[in-house]
Amino acid sequence: MSSFEPQINAASTATLGTEPIIVAKDVEKWYGNGFHVLKGVSLTVNKGEVVVLMGPSGSGKSTFIRTFNGLEPYQGGSIEIDGIAIAHDNKGIELVRREVGMVFQQFNLFPHLSVLKNITLGPIHLRGMSPSDAEELGMSLLDRVGISHQASKYPGQLSGGQQQRVAIARALAMRPKVMLFDEPTSALDPEMVREVLDVMRKLAESGMTMVCVTHEVGFAREVADRVIFLAEGHLLTDTTPDEFFNHPKDERVKKFLSQILH
Amino acid sequence: MDEFTVSRIFINLLIAAKWTVILSLIAFIGGGIVGAAITLMRISSNKWLRGISWAYIEFFQGTPLLLQLFLAFFGLSVAFGINLSPLQAATLALTGFTSAFLADIWRGSIEALPQGQWEAGSAIGFGYFKQLQLIILPQAVRLSVAPTVGFLVQVIKGTSLASIIGFTELSRAATQINNVTLQSLLIFSLAGVIYFLLCYPLSTWSQHLERKLSYKT
Repeated sequence: MSSFEPQINAASTATLGTEPIIVAKDVEKWYGNGFHVLKGVSLTVNKGEVVVLMGPSGSGKSTFIRTFNGLEPYQGGSIEIDGIAIAHDNKGIELVRREVGMVFQQFNLFPHLSVLKNITLGPIHLRGMSPSDAEELGMSLLDRVGISHQASKYPGQLSGGQQQRVAIARALAMRPKVMLFDEPTSALDPEMVREVLDVMRKLAESGMTMVCVTHEVGFAREVADRVIFLAEGHLLTDTTPDEFFNHPKDERVKKFLSQILH
Repeated sequence: MDEFTVSRIFINLLIAAKWTVILSLIAFIGGGIVGAAITLMRISSNKWLRGISWAYIEFFQGTPLLLQLFLAFFGLSVAFGINLSPLQAATLALTGFTSAFLADIWRGSIEALPQGQWEAGSAIGFGYFKQLQLIILPQAVRLSVAPTVGFLVQVIKGTSLASIIGFTELSRAATQINNVTLQSLLIFSLAGVIYFLLCYPLSTWSQHLERKLSYKT
């Protein structure tokens, strides 16, 4: 498996931590049933940073990152991605979405299209790329996630881990500035978790800005620059992995860690 | 009575079957086009479009086709002075009836797809209609083939009701010939054979289409 080429937006170590690309301020969200899921959450992510979001289920962490590409509308506060504001009514959201890749828990590959076509769909129809250029790009991305030999297969013929790697390649094909991961390994059999995390690790090393909702402690410790802890719609801590795992101060973080670290 | 040989009867039924075919094609084409529009309204985010399409579907599903033919032919004339020819009235009623059922089948197929398919399309940056075109409809079409064709077979048989407003289609022709010859078993068996010949290829085609559209898992 070849390593990831640096992306266009790849931040050098010198600029890491200085140039904000996601700026979320006091984000408020209520579900349709009136449940107040995000209670004024603020987060700034700089170019090239890898941020891991943790928290008990129902804390709002998935909902929070889904506001970064408008999959969840929000009602209060503001969100900017690379300087483009996400309006509360989602107006003009397609422009933001092209710059933000997302990987889902359930992969959400398109079952009626081959693996390669899953990847080329966006570049052809949204970037105006010729089919042959898009296929070349698709094959190089499949090569990077280690499954170029499966290009002509259909998603249903692949294992969960392979499907998730295709989903990562599909998101990368749009040349996003930011990648969002919404529990990317939670639906996988244990033996397939590592192959997906390896791809994510390489992506992080290439300088991609990543926001990951995950319970993978090993990944968070080794790859994350910051660990954010959400509980009941509040951002409780924003700290380094070392502080978060080895010297937790907040009682709720301690309780959470005791539950996931067995 | 040598003018009523088996072959004469069969040929007369076949001639009448022309109307069964024409009425069916009208129902398929009109119902398909209007049904597609009603489907889009039904899944729209606009509550007025959803409400109108809901009422449309409920009306045509909740009343008998026979009554719809009556209303189109006699009702419009009595109530509004709109005099439709039998063909116009049949077109109106069959289109309404078929489109309502097709819209409901197609809406169901679209809604059967996981929400994640829409979300994945959104996340890549596709707008609503591109998501429909590239991601949702290709999958929904596959799901809807069998129930759609199954319903069209019902429509072919349902065209017999158009005899009520004066069409001498297959069923009515069979009744008329029977009134003269009284060979009911023979005549209605032959009519049944013709209906079968019209419907069976559709079912076969449906199975073929389902195989062709299936994707590997």
